[in-house]
Amino acid sequence: MVVGVLALQGSFNEHIAALKRLGVKGVEIRKPDQLQNVSSLIIPGGESTTMARLAEYHNLFPALREFVKMGKPVWGTCAGLIFLANKAVGQKLGGQELVGGLDCTVHRNFFGSQIQSFEAELSVPALASQEGGPETFRGVFIRAPAVLDVGPDVDVLADYPVPSNKVLYSSSTVEIQEENAMPEKKVIVAVRQGNLLGTAFHPELTADTRWYIIF
Amino acid sequence: MAGTGVVAVYGNDGTITETKKSPFSVKVGLAQMLRGGVIMDVVTPEQARVAEEAGACAVMALERVPADIRSQGGVARMSDPQLIKEIKQSVTIPVMAKARIGHFVEAQILEAIGIDYVDESEVLTPADEENHINKHNFRIPFVCGCRNLGEALRRIREGAAMIRTKGEAGTGNIIEAVRHVRSVMGDIRVLRNMDDDEVFTFAKKIAAPYDLVMQTKQLGRLPVVHFAAGGVATPADAAMMMQLGCDGVFVGSGVFKSGDPVKRAQAIVRAVTHYSDPEVLAEVSCGLGEAMVGLNLSDHKVERFASRSE
Repeated sequence: MVVGVLALQGSFNEHIAALKRLGVKGVEIRKPDQLQNVSSLIIPGGESTTMARLAEYHNLFPALREFVKMGKPVWGTCAGLIFLANKAVGQKLGGQELVGGLDCTVHRNFFGSQIQSFEAELSVPALASQEGGPETFRGVFIRAPAVLDVGPDVDVLADYPVPSNKVLYSSSTVEIQEENAMPEKKVIVAVRQGNLLGTAFHPELTADTRWYIIF
Repeated sequence: MAGTGVVAVYGNDGTITETKKSPFSVKVGLAQMLRGGVIMDVVTPEQARVAEEAGACAVMALERVPADIRSQGGVARMSDPQLIKEIKQSVTIPVMAKARIGHFVEAQILEAIGIDYVDESEVLTPADEENHINKHNFRIPFVCGCRNLGEALRRIREGAAMIRTKGEAGTGNIIEAVRHVRSVMGDIRVLRNMDDDEVFTFAKKIAAPYDLVMQTKQLGRLPVVHFAAGGVATPADAAMMMQLGCDGVFVGSGVFKSGDPVKRAQAIVRAVTHYSDPEVLAEVSCGLGEAMVGLNLSDHKVERFASRSE
Protein backbone atom coordinates (compact mmCIF):
# COMPACT_ATOMS: atom_id res chain seq x y z
CA MET A 1 0.00 0.00 0.00
CA VAL A 2 1.46 3.28 -1.07
CA VAL A 3 0.06 6.50 0.30
CA GLY A 4 0.58 9.68 -1.67
CA VAL A 5 1.18 12.95 0.17
CA LEU A 6 0.56 16.16 -1.77
CA ALA A 7 3.95 17.84 -1.58
CA LEU A 8 3.30 21.30 -2.97
CA GLN A 9 3.95 23.05 0.33
CA GLY A 10 3.44 22.55 4.04
CA SER A 11 3.92 19.71 6.44
CA PHE A 12 4.26 16.90 3.94
CA ASN A 13 7.53 15.72 5.46
CA GLU A 14 5.86 15.31 8.82
CA HIS A 15 3.12 13.17 7.29
CA ILE A 16 5.63 11.00 5.48
CA ALA A 17 7.57 10.58 8.72
CA ALA A 18 4.42 9.57 10.57
CA LEU A 19 3.57 7.04 7.86
CA LYS A 20 7.09 5.68 8.07
CA ARG A 21 6.67 5.14 11.80
CA LEU A 22 3.71 2.93 10.96
CA GLY A 23 5.69 1.07 8.32
CA VAL A 24 3.77 2.55 5.40
CA LYS A 25 5.47 3.99 2.35
CA GLY A 26 4.67 7.62 1.67
CA VAL A 27 5.31 9.22 -1.70
CA GLU A 28 5.53 12.93 -2.50
CA ILE A 29 3.02 14.04 -5.13
CA ARG A 30 3.65 17.19 -7.15
CA LYS A 31 2.30 16.37 -10.60
CA PRO A 32 -0.95 14.82 -11.87
CA ASP A 33 0.60 11.67 -13.35
CA GLN A 34 2.09 10.76 -9.98
CA LEU A 35 -1.43 10.24 -8.62
CA GLN A 36 -1.76 7.11 -10.69
CA ASN A 37 0.83 5.28 -8.61
CA VAL A 38 -0.85 5.67 -5.24
CA SER A 39 -3.88 4.08 -3.66
CA SER A 40 -4.74 6.92 -1.29
CA LEU A 41 -3.81 10.53 -0.70
CA ILE A 42 -3.09 12.85 2.21
CA ILE A 43 -3.38 16.58 1.68
CA PRO A 44 -1.20 18.14 4.39
CA GLY A 45 -1.44 21.27 6.47
CA GLY A 46 0.16 24.43 5.13
CA GLU A 47 -1.14 27.49 3.38
CA SER A 48 -4.17 26.54 1.29
CA THR A 49 -3.86 29.60 -0.99
CA THR A 50 -0.23 28.69 -1.77
CA MET A 51 -1.12 25.07 -2.48
CA ALA A 52 -4.05 26.14 -4.67
CA ARG A 53 -1.79 28.39 -6.77
CA LEU A 54 0.78 25.64 -7.23
CA ALA A 55 -1.91 23.07 -7.99
CA GLU A 56 -3.30 25.35 -10.71
CA TYR A 57 0.14 25.73 -12.26
CA HIS A 58 0.40 21.98 -12.71
CA ASN A 59 -3.20 21.45 -13.61
CA LEU A 60 -3.61 19.24 -10.58
CA PHE A 61 -7.20 20.12 -9.76
CA PRO A 62 -8.84 17.94 -12.45
CA ALA A 63 -6.65 15.01 -11.43
CA LEU A 64 -7.43 15.55 -7.74
CA ARG A 65 -11.16 15.74 -8.41
CA GLU A 66 -10.95 12.57 -10.46
CA PHE A 67 -9.13 10.85 -7.59
CA VAL A 68 -11.88 11.81 -5.17
CA LYS A 69 -14.61 10.82 -7.59
CA MET A 70 -13.09 7.37 -8.03
CA GLY A 71 -13.76 6.83 -4.36
CA LYS A 72 -10.15 6.55 -3.33
CA PRO A 73 -9.39 7.43 0.29
CA VAL A 74 -8.30 11.04 0.78
CA TRP A 75 -7.45 12.71 4.08
CA GLY A 76 -7.14 16.47 4.41
CA THR A 77 -5.55 18.04 7.50
CA CYS A 78 -6.14 21.73 8.12
CA ALA A 79 -5.39 23.30 4.71
CA GLY A 80 -6.14 19.88 3.24
CA LEU A 81 -9.58 19.96 4.86
CA ILE A 82 -10.22 23.28 3.13
CA PHE A 83 -9.24 21.71 -0.19
CA LEU A 84 -11.72 18.88 0.26
CA ALA A 85 -14.66 20.97 1.40
CA ASN A 86 -17.43 21.79 -0.99
CA LYS A 87 -17.62 25.33 0.27
CA ALA A 88 -15.20 27.63 2.08
CA VAL A 89 -15.73 31.02 3.68
CA GLY A 90 -13.11 33.48 4.83
CA GLN A 91 -11.28 33.30 1.56
CA LYS A 92 -8.90 35.85 0.17
CA LEU A 93 -10.04 38.46 -2.34
CA GLY A 94 -10.82 36.61 -5.50
CA GLY A 95 -11.43 33.32 -3.74
CA GLN A 96 -9.47 30.14 -4.17
CA GLU A 97 -10.06 26.93 -6.02
CA LEU A 98 -11.14 23.83 -4.11
CA VAL A 99 -11.14 20.16 -4.90
CA GLY A 100 -14.44 19.51 -3.17
CA GLY A 101 -16.05 16.21 -2.28
CA LEU A 102 -16.61 16.65 1.41
CA ASP A 103 -20.14 17.90 1.88
CA CYS A 104 -19.48 20.65 4.39
CA THR A 105 -18.76 24.34 4.75
CA VAL A 106 -15.39 25.23 6.16
CA HIS A 107 -14.26 28.56 7.61
CA ARG A 108 -10.60 29.40 7.04
CA ASN A 109 -8.56 30.67 9.97
CA PHE A 110 -11.63 30.28 12.14
CA PHE A 111 -9.87 30.69 15.42
CA GLY A 112 -7.84 33.69 14.35
CA SER A 113 -4.17 34.26 13.77
CA GLN A 114 -1.17 32.57 15.35
CA ILE A 115 -1.71 34.02 18.80
CA GLN A 116 -4.98 32.15 18.92
CA SER A 117 -3.37 28.89 17.86
CA PHE A 118 -3.56 26.27 20.56
CA GLU A 119 -3.42 22.67 21.61
CA ALA A 120 -6.50 21.01 23.03
CA GLU A 121 -7.58 17.68 24.35
CA LEU A 122 -10.34 16.54 22.05
CA SER A 123 -12.89 13.99 22.97
CA VAL A 124 -12.79 11.37 20.25
CA PRO A 125 -15.16 8.54 21.15
CA ALA A 126 -15.31 7.26 17.59
CA LEU A 127 -11.55 6.97 17.37
CA ALA A 128 -11.26 5.31 20.75
CA SER A 129 -13.92 2.73 20.01
CA GLN A 130 -12.32 1.82 16.71
CA GLU A 131 -8.69 1.90 17.64
CA GLY A 132 -8.55 1.75 21.40
CA GLY A 133 -6.31 4.08 23.31
CA PRO A 134 -7.33 7.05 25.46
CA GLU A 135 -10.68 8.74 25.01
CA THR A 136 -8.99 12.02 24.17
CA PHE A 137 -6.55 13.15 21.55
CA ARG A 138 -4.21 16.11 21.81
CA GLY A 139 -5.07 18.18 18.78
CA VAL A 140 -2.72 20.91 17.62
CA PHE A 141 -4.63 23.78 16.04
CA ILE A 142 -2.50 26.18 14.05
CA ARG A 143 -4.49 29.06 12.51
CA ALA A 144 -6.98 26.31 12.05
CA PRO A 145 -10.18 26.20 10.05
CA ALA A 146 -13.42 24.89 11.46
CA VAL A 147 -16.32 23.12 9.85
CA LEU A 148 -19.42 25.25 10.17
CA ASP A 149 -21.98 22.78 8.96
CA VAL A 150 -22.15 19.39 7.33
CA GLY A 151 -24.36 17.53 4.93
CA PRO A 152 -26.43 14.50 5.84
CA ASP A 153 -23.88 11.86 4.85
CA VAL A 154 -21.09 13.25 6.94
CA ASP A 155 -20.05 11.74 10.31
CA VAL A 156 -18.76 14.16 12.88
CA LEU A 157 -15.75 12.62 14.61
CA ALA A 158 -14.79 15.47 16.93
CA ASP A 159 -15.88 18.94 17.82
CA TYR A 160 -14.62 21.82 19.90
CA PRO A 161 -16.59 24.23 22.06
CA VAL A 162 -16.45 27.93 21.33
CA PRO A 163 -17.70 30.57 23.77
CA SER A 164 -20.73 32.34 22.34
CA ASN A 165 -19.51 35.86 23.07
CA LYS A 166 -16.35 35.30 21.08
CA VAL A 167 -16.22 37.63 18.11
CA LEU A 168 -16.17 35.36 15.13
CA TYR A 169 -13.45 36.11 12.66
CA SER A 170 -15.02 37.94 9.77
CA SER A 171 -12.95 38.55 6.73
CA SER A 172 -13.22 41.64 4.63
CA THR A 173 -14.88 39.66 1.86
CA VAL A 174 -17.52 37.66 3.69
CA GLU A 175 -19.66 38.54 6.67
CA ILE A 176 -20.96 35.67 8.71
CA GLN A 177 -24.15 35.82 10.69
CA GLU A 178 -24.11 33.53 13.70
CA GLU A 179 -26.83 33.35 16.30
CA ASN A 180 -25.66 33.97 19.83
CA ALA A 181 -28.63 32.26 21.40
CA MET A 182 -26.89 29.17 22.80
CA PRO A 183 -24.69 29.55 25.86
CA GLU A 184 -21.99 27.36 24.37
CA LYS A 185 -21.52 26.54 20.74
CA LYS A 186 -19.43 23.89 19.17
CA VAL A 187 -17.64 23.86 15.90
CA ILE A 188 -16.79 20.68 14.14
CA VAL A 189 -13.14 19.83 13.78
CA ALA A 190 -13.09 16.31 12.38
CA VAL A 191 -15.38 14.71 9.83
CA ARG A 192 -15.64 11.60 7.75
CA GLN A 193 -17.70 10.96 4.66
CA GLY A 194 -17.24 7.59 3.02
CA ASN A 195 -13.57 7.43 2.06
CA LEU A 196 -12.92 11.08 2.79
CA LEU A 197 -11.51 12.16 6.13
CA GLY A 198 -10.99 15.72 7.24
CA THR A 199 -9.34 17.12 10.38
CA ALA A 200 -8.88 20.78 11.27
CA PHE A 201 -5.96 19.99 13.54
CA HIS A 202 -2.59 18.42 12.83
CA PRO A 203 -2.14 14.77 13.77
CA GLU A 204 1.19 14.87 11.93
CA LEU A 205 2.55 17.13 14.64
CA THR A 206 1.95 14.74 17.52
CA ALA A 207 3.07 11.22 18.19
CA ASP A 208 -0.45 9.73 18.45
CA THR A 209 -0.86 7.79 15.23
CA ARG A 210 -4.44 6.61 15.60
CA TRP A 211 -5.81 8.94 12.94
CA TYR A 212 -3.39 7.40 10.45
CA ILE A 213 -4.66 3.95 11.32
CA ILE A 214 -8.29 4.76 10.75
CA PHE A 215 -7.33 6.33 7.46
CA MET B 1 9.84 16.47 14.92
CA ALA B 2 6.98 17.40 17.18
CA GLY B 3 6.52 15.84 20.57
CA THR B 4 10.29 15.91 20.93
CA GLY B 5 12.23 18.98 21.88
CA VAL B 6 10.30 20.74 24.56
CA VAL B 7 12.74 23.46 25.50
CA ALA B 8 12.89 23.63 29.29
CA VAL B 9 12.79 27.15 30.64
CA TYR B 10 14.34 28.24 33.90
CA GLY B 11 12.67 31.04 35.82
CA ASN B 12 14.49 33.80 37.69
CA ASP B 13 14.70 31.79 40.89
CA GLY B 14 16.23 28.78 39.14
CA THR B 15 13.24 26.48 39.01
CA ILE B 16 11.85 25.06 35.81
CA THR B 17 8.76 27.01 34.81
CA GLU B 18 6.06 26.13 32.34
CA THR B 19 6.70 28.03 29.14
CA LYS B 20 4.60 31.12 29.50
CA LYS B 21 1.25 31.22 27.86
CA SER B 22 1.80 29.09 24.79
CA PRO B 23 3.47 25.70 24.44
CA PHE B 24 6.58 25.66 22.31
CA SER B 25 5.04 23.03 20.06
CA VAL B 26 2.30 25.44 18.99
CA LYS B 27 4.92 28.07 18.16
CA VAL B 28 6.92 25.59 16.15
CA GLY B 29 3.71 24.26 14.56
CA LEU B 30 3.14 27.34 12.45
CA ALA B 31 6.70 27.21 11.15
CA GLN B 32 6.11 23.60 10.17
CA MET B 33 3.10 24.70 8.17
CA LEU B 34 5.23 27.27 6.36
CA ARG B 35 7.70 24.66 5.15
CA GLY B 36 8.24 24.43 1.43
CA GLY B 37 6.94 27.93 1.05
CA VAL B 38 8.13 31.43 0.25
CA ILE B 39 7.78 34.37 2.64
CA MET B 40 7.94 37.74 0.89
CA ASP B 41 8.77 41.22 2.16
CA VAL B 42 5.97 43.68 1.41
CA VAL B 43 5.64 47.39 2.19
CA THR B 44 2.04 48.05 1.15
CA PRO B 45 -1.27 46.18 1.23
CA GLU B 46 -1.21 46.06 -2.59
CA GLN B 47 2.14 44.29 -2.55
CA ALA B 48 0.79 41.91 0.08
CA ARG B 49 -2.09 40.97 -2.19
CA VAL B 50 0.30 40.44 -5.08
CA ALA B 51 2.36 38.15 -2.86
CA GLU B 52 -0.68 36.17 -1.74
CA GLU B 53 -1.90 35.81 -5.32
CA ALA B 54 1.51 34.60 -6.42
CA GLY B 55 1.42 31.85 -3.80
CA ALA B 56 3.46 33.24 -0.92
CA CYS B 57 2.79 31.26 2.25
CA ALA B 58 3.26 34.35 4.43
CA VAL B 59 4.28 38.01 4.14
CA MET B 60 6.79 40.08 6.11
CA ALA B 61 5.37 43.56 6.62
CA LEU B 62 7.81 46.43 6.77
CA GLU B 63 8.22 50.11 5.88
CA ARG B 64 11.38 49.68 3.84
CA VAL B 65 12.87 46.61 2.22
CA PRO B 66 16.49 45.85 3.21
CA ALA B 67 17.88 47.22 -0.06
CA ASP B 68 16.32 50.61 0.73
CA ILE B 69 17.47 50.50 4.34
CA ARG B 70 20.97 50.06 2.98
CA SER B 71 20.78 52.86 0.47
CA GLN B 72 19.02 55.33 2.75
CA GLY B 73 20.96 54.62 5.94
CA GLY B 74 19.91 56.06 9.28
CA VAL B 75 18.48 54.04 12.14
CA ALA B 76 16.09 51.33 11.00
CA ARG B 77 13.35 50.59 13.54
CA MET B 78 10.13 48.60 13.81
CA SER B 79 7.55 49.73 11.26
CA ASP B 80 4.48 51.77 12.08
CA PRO B 81 1.91 49.34 13.57
CA GLN B 82 -0.79 51.03 11.50
CA LEU B 83 0.92 49.91 8.31
CA ILE B 84 1.32 46.40 9.65
CA LYS B 85 -2.36 46.29 10.63
CA GLU B 86 -3.39 47.42 7.15
CA ILE B 87 -1.27 44.73 5.58
CA LYS B 88 -2.71 42.13 7.95
CA GLN B 89 -6.24 43.11 6.97
CA SER B 90 -5.52 42.83 3.28
CA VAL B 91 -4.49 39.17 3.21
CA THR B 92 -5.55 35.84 4.69
CA ILE B 93 -2.06 34.36 4.93
CA PRO B 94 0.15 34.75 8.02
CA VAL B 95 1.79 38.13 8.57
CA MET B 96 5.22 38.64 10.13
CA ALA B 97 7.02 41.82 11.12
CA LYS B 98 10.51 42.80 12.28
CA ALA B 99 11.65 44.01 15.68
CA ARG B 100 15.10 45.26 16.55
CA ILE B 101 17.48 42.82 18.22
CA GLY B 102 16.97 43.03 21.96
CA HIS B 103 14.03 45.42 21.70
CA PHE B 104 11.48 43.50 23.70
CA VAL B 105 8.96 46.33 23.75
CA GLU B 106 8.80 46.46 19.97
CA ALA B 107 8.06 42.74 20.21
CA GLN B 108 5.34 43.39 22.81
CA ILE B 109 3.72 45.89 20.48
CA LEU B 110 3.84 43.48 17.57
CA GLU B 111 2.31 40.78 19.75
CA ALA B 112 -0.43 43.21 20.78
CA ILE B 113 -1.49 43.92 17.21
CA GLY B 114 -1.95 40.22 16.67
CA ILE B 115 0.41 39.31 13.87
CA ASP B 116 1.66 35.77 13.52
CA TYR B 117 5.44 35.89 13.87
CA VAL B 118 8.13 38.37 14.93
CA ASP B 119 11.47 38.45 13.14
CA GLU B 120 14.19 39.63 15.56
CA SER B 121 16.20 41.04 12.72
CA GLU B 122 19.77 42.19 12.21
CA VAL B 123 18.50 44.18 9.22
CA LEU B 124 17.11 46.73 11.68
CA THR B 125 19.55 48.64 13.85
CA PRO B 126 20.17 46.52 16.97
CA ALA B 127 18.78 47.92 20.21
CA ASP B 128 20.90 45.75 22.49
CA GLU B 129 24.44 44.90 21.59
CA GLU B 130 24.80 42.13 24.16
CA ASN B 131 21.45 40.43 24.58
CA HIS B 132 18.62 39.19 22.45
CA ILE B 133 14.99 39.20 23.50
CA ASN B 134 13.92 36.49 25.93
CA LYS B 135 11.46 34.99 23.51
CA HIS B 136 10.00 32.60 26.07
CA ASN B 137 8.16 35.53 27.62
CA PHE B 138 5.92 35.88 24.62
CA ARG B 139 2.97 34.02 23.18
CA ILE B 140 3.96 35.08 19.71
CA PRO B 141 6.63 32.93 18.07
CA PHE B 142 9.93 34.40 16.86
CA VAL B 143 12.20 33.77 13.92
CA CYS B 144 15.88 34.65 14.30
CA GLY B 145 18.85 34.70 11.96
CA CYS B 146 22.05 32.72 12.30
CA ARG B 147 25.39 32.35 10.58
CA ASN B 148 26.42 29.05 12.10
CA LEU B 149 25.14 26.22 14.26
CA GLY B 150 26.20 27.83 17.54
CA GLU B 151 24.21 30.99 16.83
CA ALA B 152 21.19 28.97 15.73
CA LEU B 153 21.13 26.93 18.93
CA ARG B 154 21.69 30.01 21.11
CA ARG B 155 18.67 31.65 19.52
CA ILE B 156 16.58 28.50 19.96
CA ARG B 157 17.51 28.36 23.63
CA GLU B 158 16.33 31.93 23.98
CA GLY B 159 13.02 30.77 22.56
CA ALA B 160 13.18 31.17 18.79
CA ALA B 161 10.67 28.83 17.16
CA MET B 162 12.10 29.19 13.66
CA ILE B 163 15.56 29.93 12.31
CA ARG B 164 16.71 31.51 9.07
CA THR B 165 20.13 32.13 7.64
CA LYS B 166 21.22 35.73 7.94
CA GLY B 167 22.76 35.99 4.50
CA GLU B 168 23.38 39.60 3.57
CA ALA B 169 19.95 41.13 3.25
CA GLY B 170 19.31 43.72 0.61
CA THR B 171 22.29 42.83 -1.54
CA GLY B 172 20.72 40.35 -3.95
CA ASN B 173 23.93 38.40 -3.47
CA ILE B 174 23.43 34.82 -2.38
CA ILE B 175 27.02 34.20 -1.36
CA GLU B 176 26.57 34.90 2.34
CA ALA B 177 23.38 32.87 2.69
CA VAL B 178 25.16 29.93 1.08
CA ARG B 179 28.09 30.40 3.45
CA HIS B 180 25.77 30.36 6.43
CA VAL B 181 23.70 27.37 5.42
CA ARG B 182 26.79 25.35 4.54
CA SER B 183 28.24 26.24 7.92
CA VAL B 184 25.14 25.04 9.77
CA MET B 185 24.66 21.91 7.68
CA GLY B 186 28.37 21.15 7.77
CA ASP B 187 28.47 21.35 11.55
CA ILE B 188 25.40 19.12 11.77
CA ARG B 189 27.09 16.57 9.53
CA VAL B 190 30.16 16.59 11.75
CA LEU B 191 27.98 16.33 14.83
CA ARG B 192 26.04 13.35 13.52
CA ASN B 193 29.16 11.27 13.21
CA MET B 194 30.77 12.43 16.39
CA ASP B 195 31.32 10.20 19.37
CA ASP B 196 28.81 11.10 22.09
CA ASP B 197 31.59 11.75 24.59
CA GLU B 198 33.00 14.48 22.39
CA VAL B 199 29.78 16.46 22.23
CA PHE B 200 30.49 18.26 25.52
CA THR B 201 33.59 19.87 24.10
CA PHE B 202 31.92 20.54 20.77
CA ALA B 203 29.11 22.36 22.55
CA LYS B 204 31.67 24.47 24.37
CA LYS B 205 33.48 25.17 21.13
CA ILE B 206 30.43 26.45 19.32
CA ALA B 207 29.16 28.18 22.47
CA ALA B 208 25.80 26.43 22.36
CA PRO B 209 23.74 24.71 25.09
CA TYR B 210 24.67 21.06 25.42
CA ASP B 211 21.07 19.81 25.53
CA LEU B 212 20.24 21.39 22.19
CA VAL B 213 23.48 20.18 20.64
CA MET B 214 22.62 16.61 21.66
CA GLN B 215 19.08 17.04 20.38
CA THR B 216 20.41 18.27 17.05
CA LYS B 217 22.73 15.29 16.90
CA GLN B 218 19.87 12.87 17.51
CA LEU B 219 17.51 14.53 15.04
CA GLY B 220 20.18 15.00 12.39
CA ARG B 221 18.81 18.48 11.82
CA LEU B 222 18.01 21.64 13.73
CA PRO B 223 15.22 21.15 16.28
CA VAL B 224 13.21 23.86 14.48
CA VAL B 225 12.36 24.74 10.91
CA HIS B 226 15.29 26.33 9.05
CA PHE B 227 14.63 28.80 6.23
CA ALA B 228 16.99 30.53 3.85
CA ALA B 229 17.16 34.31 3.81
CA GLY B 230 19.34 37.14 2.67
CA GLY B 231 20.10 37.77 -0.99
CA VAL B 232 17.67 35.45 -2.77
CA ALA B 233 16.94 37.13 -6.10
CA THR B 234 16.15 34.41 -8.63
CA PRO B 235 14.30 31.09 -8.78
CA ALA B 236 17.68 29.40 -9.12
CA ASP B 237 18.86 31.01 -5.88
CA ALA B 238 15.74 29.78 -4.09
CA ALA B 239 16.04 26.25 -5.44
CA MET B 240 19.72 26.07 -4.54
CA MET B 241 19.00 27.01 -0.93
CA MET B 242 16.35 24.28 -0.84
CA GLN B 243 18.78 21.76 -2.26
CA LEU B 244 21.35 22.79 0.33
CA GLY B 245 18.88 21.70 2.98
CA CYS B 246 16.67 24.64 3.88
CA ASP B 247 12.98 24.12 4.60
CA GLY B 248 11.80 27.24 2.78
CA VAL B 249 12.84 30.67 1.62
CA PHE B 250 12.45 34.33 2.64
CA VAL B 251 12.63 36.75 -0.25
CA GLY B 252 13.05 40.40 0.66
CA SER B 253 14.15 43.01 -1.80
CA GLY B 254 14.42 40.30 -4.45
CA VAL B 255 10.78 40.37 -5.52
CA PHE B 256 9.55 43.95 -5.43
CA LYS B 257 12.84 45.51 -6.47
CA SER B 258 12.90 43.45 -9.66
CA GLY B 259 11.58 44.41 -13.08
CA ASP B 260 8.43 42.23 -13.00
CA PRO B 261 7.53 41.44 -9.38
CA VAL B 262 4.39 39.43 -10.18
CA LYS B 263 6.13 37.05 -12.52
CA ARG B 264 9.21 36.74 -10.34
CA ALA B 265 7.17 36.04 -7.22
CA GLN B 266 5.29 33.25 -8.97
CA ALA B 267 8.50 31.84 -10.38
CA ILE B 268 10.18 31.73 -6.99
CA VAL B 269 7.17 30.02 -5.39
CA ARG B 270 7.19 27.35 -8.08
CA ALA B 271 10.95 26.96 -7.85
CA VAL B 272 10.75 26.24 -4.13
CA THR B 273 8.12 23.53 -4.64
CA HIS B 274 9.99 21.90 -7.52
CA TYR B 275 13.46 22.63 -6.26
CA SER B 276 14.97 19.39 -7.50
CA ASP B 277 13.29 19.35 -10.89
CA PRO B 278 15.58 21.18 -13.33
CA GLU B 279 13.03 21.20 -16.13
CA VAL B 280 10.50 23.10 -14.06
CA LEU B 281 13.26 25.40 -12.81
CA ALA B 282 14.32 26.15 -16.36
CA GLU B 283 10.75 26.84 -17.36
CA VAL B 284 10.07 29.25 -14.51
CA SER B 285 13.37 31.08 -14.98
CA CYS B 286 12.57 32.06 -18.56
CA GLY B 287 11.46 35.56 -19.42
CA LEU B 288 11.44 36.97 -15.90
CA GLY B 289 12.72 40.42 -16.75
CA GLU B 290 15.32 42.22 -14.71
CA ALA B 291 16.44 40.83 -11.40
CA MET B 292 17.30 43.32 -8.66
CA VAL B 293 20.69 44.85 -9.35
CA GLY B 294 22.30 44.01 -6.03
CA LEU B 295 25.63 44.69 -4.41
CA ASN B 296 28.98 43.02 -4.79
CA LEU B 297 30.23 42.13 -1.35
CA SER B 298 33.89 42.51 -2.20
CA ASP B 299 33.26 46.25 -1.94
CA HIS B 300 34.40 47.12 1.58
CA LYS B 301 31.96 50.02 1.90
CA VAL B 302 29.05 47.58 2.10
CA GLU B 303 27.98 47.21 5.71
CA ARG B 304 27.68 43.64 6.91
CA PHE B 305 24.37 43.33 8.72
CA ALA B 306 25.09 39.72 9.56
CA SER B 307 27.93 40.51 11.93
CA ARG B 308 25.79 42.87 14.01
CA SER B 309 24.94 40.23 16.57
CA GLU B 310 26.21 36.92 17.83
